[in-house]
Amino acid sequence: MNEDIRNANKDYEYILDCQNISKSFGGTHALKNVQLRVKKGQVHALLGENGAGKSTLMKIIIGLYKQDEGNVLFEGEPYNVSGPAEAIKAGISMIHQELNPEPHLSIAESIFLKREDTIKNTPFLNKKLTNQRAAEILDKFNIKLNPKMLMENLTLAQMQMIEILKAVSCNARLVIMDEPTSSLDSEETERLFQTIRELQAQGVTIIYISHRMEEIYQICDSYSVFRDGTFIGSGDLKDVTTGQLISMMVGREVKNVFPKVDCKIGDVVFKVEGLTGKGFRDISFEVHAGEILGLSGLVGSGRSETMRAIFGLDPITGGKMYLDGKEIKIKNPSEAIKNGIAMVNEDRKNFGLCLFRSIRENISLPNLPKKQKGLFINQKREKVECRQIADVLRTKMASIESEAYSLSGGNQQKVVLAKWLQGSPKLLILDEPTRGVDVGAKSEIHSLMSKFASEGMAIIMVSSELPEVMGMSDRILIYHEGTLNGEISRKDILSGKADQQYILAKEFGEK
Amino acid sequence: MTDKKEKRIFGMDQHDFSLFMKRYGIGFIMVGMFVILSIASPKFFTMSNVTNVLSTVALNGVLAMGMVFVITAEGIDLSIGAMLALASTTIGIVLQATGNNILAAIAAVVVCGIFGFINGVLVAKGNMFPFVVTLASQLVIRGLGYVLSGGYSFALANPHFTEIGLGKVFDAIPYPILILIGITIVSYFLLHWTKFGRYVYAVGGNINAAMASGVNVPKTRIWTFVISGIYAGIAGIIMTARINAAQPNIGVGYETDAIAACVIGGTSFSGGISTIPGTLVGIIIIGLIYNGMNLLGISSYWQTIFKGLLIIGAVMMDNAINKKR
Repeated sequence: MNEDIRNANKDYEYILDCQNISKSFGGTHALKNVQLRVKKGQVHALLGENGAGKSTLMKIIIGLYKQDEGNVLFEGEPYNVSGPAEAIKAGISMIHQELNPEPHLSIAESIFLKREDTIKNTPFLNKKLTNQRAAEILDKFNIKLNPKMLMENLTLAQMQMIEILKAVSCNARLVIMDEPTSSLDSEETERLFQTIRELQAQGVTIIYISHRMEEIYQICDSYSVFRDGTFIGSGDLKDVTTGQLISMMVGREVKNVFPKVDCKIGDVVFKVEGLTGKGFRDISFEVHAGEILGLSGLVGSGRSETMRAIFGLDPITGGKMYLDGKEIKIKNPSEAIKNGIAMVNEDRKNFGLCLFRSIRENISLPNLPKKQKGLFINQKREKVECRQIADVLRTKMASIESEAYSLSGGNQQKVVLAKWLQGSPKLLILDEPTRGVDVGAKSEIHSLMSKFASEGMAIIMVSSELPEVMGMSDRILIYHEGTLNGEISRKDILSGKADQQYILAKEFGEK
Repeated sequence: MTDKKEKRIFGMDQHDFSLFMKRYGIGFIMVGMFVILSIASPKFFTMSNVTNVLSTVALNGVLAMGMVFVITAEGIDLSIGAMLALASTTIGIVLQATGNNILAAIAAVVVCGIFGFINGVLVAKGNMFPFVVTLASQLVIRGLGYVLSGGYSFALANPHFTEIGLGKVFDAIPYPILILIGITIVSYFLLHWTKFGRYVYAVGGNINAAMASGVNVPKTRIWTFVISGIYAGIAGIIMTARINAAQPNIGVGYETDAIAACVIGGTSFSGGISTIPGTLVGIIIIGLIYNGMNLLGISSYWQTIFKGLLIIGAVMMDNAINKKR
C-alpha cells in the first residue's frame, strides 16, 4: 500500500466506521442499512430499545455474526474478523453485561488467560512473571487487589474491572461496554467512570451501551440511536436533551417518563417492626393500601435482602411482621404467597421464570392451588385466565403456549408480573422491576404499577435508579449499610426539598 | 427489499415444520420402523408377534414411565434394576409365608416405594447428587435381595401368581400390556393434568424459580423417586410372574433401557422437558429394535450397538431441531 494513504488512514477521524450494514435472520431484518461512526478518543453512547439492533451490530463487530451487506472500517482500514479472539487481536474488546469469569483462576491468570508467560524454552508456566505483570497493570489503574486473589472472591464490580484491564493489556484501542453499570451501585459506578476517563486519556475509544440516561450524559461525548434495526441519528450529546433522545428511541413522544398517578391511600396493609436478618437489622416500616413505597440505597445496602427475607427466601433472625394488623410468620415463599404477598425478584432468569416452559405454565405456577378442580387442573379455564392477564399487561407474544425464552426482556418481565398479579396479592414486592427492560416497556410497567396501586394494592419497589424511585414512589425509605437512614415523602420531592443529591447523601450515610 | 420466499416443507413454513417435527418426529420414526419391518419380515405383522413385542415392552415401559418423572425433575434413578430383584425376592418370601398373591404384590410395591422414598430424601433433603445416591442405593438394594434369599432363586409358593405374567384378556391381550396401558394413563394425567406434574416440570426447569413461586421443591423431588420406586415394584411383579420364580439376580442393566426410552422420547436430561406419549413411543421403538433384529436374524450383540447409536441419534436430532428456533 502507498505510504501516503497509510498515513492518511492513521489520521482518519473515525476509529470505527460501519457503513450500510444489513443483517437478517431467516425472514426478520435485525439490521437495515445502519451506520455507526465513532470518533477516535471519544466515549460514544449507543442507544436504542431492546431489539433495536445494538447487540446484533456489536456481535458483527466482534466477529460473532457476519453482516449480509456493508463494510466495517477500523482505524481507516477494512476490518474483517471471524470471532472475538481475532477482534481482540485487531484491537477491539467487548465487556459483556453478564460476566463469565473462571471462578478458580487468580486475577493474574484471568488477565493473561491464553497469553500465559512460560519459563523460557519450556512449556511450564512462569507464575511469578505473570503475577508481576498483573500487579503492574493493577497499579497503573490504582486498583488495590492482590493479583493472586481468586476471581470467585471478587465482587461483580471488581470482576468487571479485571475484564477492562484484560482488554487494556491486550492493547485494545476500542472497548465496547454493554450495560456496564446494570449491577453496580452508585459508588462502584463512579469508580467505573473514573476508569473510563483514564482509558480515554490514554487514547482508548469506548462504545457505551446503557439504558440509563443520566449516566450517558455524565460520561459520553457523542451518541448514535437505533430503532427497530435502523439508524435514526447521531451527534454530540451537548446538542440534545433526554426527551429528544427518548423520543428518537421509541419513535414517539413519551410525555411523562414516570406516569405516577396519585391515588387514595388507605389503611396499613403490611408492617414490620425491628426486622433483622443477614445484611439488614432493625428495619421498621409500614405500607398502606394504594401506596407505592420506594426503597432506595446502594447495592448491598440491605434493600433486596430485607425483601427476600419478608418473602421467605432468606431466614429472619429477629423482629415481627404484621399483615392487616395480625402478626404473621413466614418461613418460605409458599407461606408468603398464602398470606397474599407476591415478589418479583430482581434476578429474573434464576428466580423469575422457567424459560423453557410455556407462558401459560409460568403464569399459573404460583396460582395452581386455585386452579384445581378435583384432582386435575382446569386447563380450559387456565388458558382463558392466563391469556386475559397477559393481555391486560399487553404482553407481546406469538401465543400463550410459546416458551418464555422466546420473549424479549420487557415481555418476560410482564409474564413475571402476570404470574403474581393473577393471585391478586395484598402486597406486591417489586425488586428492580425494570432492570434490563427497554424504554417503552418500562413506562408501561410504571403505568401498571399506578393502576394496581389505585385498585388498593400495597406496593414496595426496590430500585437502583434514583429517577425511577423518585418518580414512582409515594414515600421513599433510604437504606444505608443495612439500616434505614431517612424517609422522604412525595411532597418533599415535588416541592424540590429532596433532590437526587439529598438522597444520594443519605445513601452514603449522611444523617 | 424483496423477501426471500421462505422454504416450505409439506405446506408448512420452516418454523412450523420444526415445531411439528419436535412434537411428532419420533412418532414418524416409529411408524417408519413398523412399515419397514412389515415389508422386511412377513412374520412381523402377525397378531402373535405384535403381542409378543408389546409384552416384552410392558416391563421396560413401566420402568420408563417412572424414570420420566425423575429425569423431568432433573434427577436420575439407577436403582430400578436392583429394585426388580428386591421385588422378586419379596414376592417369593411373602408367598412362602402366606401364599397370598395380592399381599405379595402389595409387599413388593411397598418395599420398592420405601426405597424410592429413601433415594428421594437423600437427594432432596440430603442435597446429594441423584446419580451418586442411586448408584450407591442400587448396591444396597441388590445386596439386600441376595441376603433375604440367601443368594438362591426359588419357586413361587402359589402357582396362580404366574398368571399375572402369562394370563390374557379375551384370550388375546396379555395382562402386562393392560398394566402398561393403565400405568401410562395414570402417568399421563399425573404429569400433564395435575398440580404435582406442573411442579415436577417447574423443579426440573428452574429449581430456584419453582421455590420462589411457592413450590415445595423437596417434596416434589421425593415424590418423583417414590413413583419411580412404586413403578419398579410393579415391573418386578410382572417379571417375577413371567419367570415364575423369585430371583435375586434379575434386572441387571434395566435402568439403561428405561433411560434410553425417555431420551428417545424427547426427555431432556437437563430437566423440565418431557412428555408421556413421547416416552411411550420411545419404549415401543426400543421394543421394535429388539424384535425386528431378532426377526431379521441379527445377533443381540448388534442390537446393543444399534440401541446406543439410536440414543446418540435421538439427542442429536433434538439438538438440531432446537437450534433452528
